[in-house]
Amino acid sequence: MNMTRKNKDNRTSADFNASRRSFLGAMATAAGVTLAPGVVLYGIAKPSISSAKPLDAAVSNEVRWGMLIDLGRCDSGCDECVSACAKENGLRGFDRPETDAQWIRKVAVKDPQTGASKSLPVMCQHCENPPCVDVCPTGASFKRADGIVLVNKHTCIGCRYCMMACPYKARSFIHETLEDQKAHAPRGKGTVESCTLCVHRVDADRLPACVEACSDSGGGAMLFGDLNDPGSEISKRVATYASQQIRADLGLNPGVRYRNL
Amino acid sequence: MIVRRTATRMIAVALVFITGFATAALAAEAENSGVPMPVIPAGMGDSCVEDTDFMRRNHMDMLKHQRDETTLRGVRTKQYSLVECINCHVINGSGMEAVSASDPRHFCRSCHDYAAVNIDCFQCHASRPEAEDPTAENSTGFTPTGATRTSGGR
Repeated sequence: MNMTRKNKDNRTSADFNASRRSFLGAMATAAGVTLAPGVVLYGIAKPSISSAKPLDAAVSNEVRWGMLIDLGRCDSGCDECVSACAKENGLRGFDRPETDAQWIRKVAVKDPQTGASKSLPVMCQHCENPPCVDVCPTGASFKRADGIVLVNKHTCIGCRYCMMACPYKARSFIHETLEDQKAHAPRGKGTVESCTLCVHRVDADRLPACVEACSDSGGGAMLFGDLNDPGSEISKRVATYASQQIRADLGLNPGVRYRNL
Repeated sequence: MIVRRTATRMIAVALVFITGFATAALAAEAENSGVPMPVIPAGMGDSCVEDTDFMRRNHMDMLKHQRDETTLRGVRTKQYSLVECINCHVINGSGMEAVSASDPRHFCRSCHDYAAVNIDCFQCHASRPEAEDPTAENSTGFTPTGATRTSGGR
């Protein structure tokens, strides 16, 4: 562009650019003022938003969802995560503890030599190399691109091989005919199911129900986030503090990690 | 062999005739020609996501496509989602409570019963909208996103 070219008003384009710049500046200031509350909100949220995907986009493997559970803050008497899970996903018991669906449970562990005990919430560990997926004869048990391990109940034949293969006993089989399931958590007789990491919430950029309940009314022990994003809170904590995977010896690389175990 | 071919042709002709008759019967429904027809209740909105003829023939394919997109790839568009079908085509029973698929008045059943086609969807999916829960999330989809996503623990 010729900087000295004159236009109808005898103004150079440099003049124009200057006035345009000041106009844009004013606009930006106005936006900053009007959006101040929003900006503050996003100021907090920014480091964690890594997944805000549009509804019509598929999940990508650039994200790997994971959870860090600090057992130092997990009280043995608290089961907020368990009840929040049941409420969120419409899990109802049939007074048959042997077979009732259980997506997350509190497991008490004790060191026999020292007597030290811990209580840890255990759910599907969302392995990087899930044995349930390896053994599934129909491909119903699968790992989503973002690392969430799920059962596609449309193709599940209820053989329960995955339940045998899972070292964490994370899966349940539905024995009863169900009605009025939650719209976001379809479940039916004759299929296997397990923790979905509240996939319907995650896709809507919300926290899993257990994590939300833990921070609202529990000890705030659960942290959810993207393990692939070095800037995410969970990645920073995992990098800074020692954490453990349960049965790490199996080499499954679970997405759920524990601190102070 | 010739006899069999003739028989096949006759059956084909008969089928065409029957189909034509059914179409005519549909058109003459108002005249109450004596052919029993399904009572198909209208949905709540002005129009369906596609026009009626298209929906009659293709709803199953659209649902199947959407189911794979959502389950396997996490695509959550609402246009062809089963949940939205259920929300819009809700039928209220006598107590103004939405009827489930176990009730013959249910939208899907009104036609599927007539056509004698089983529906598998509701073995797992809810067949009516969830009863109002004051603590439920708002349906606009807006939440203070991510603000608490990683604020769970320390």
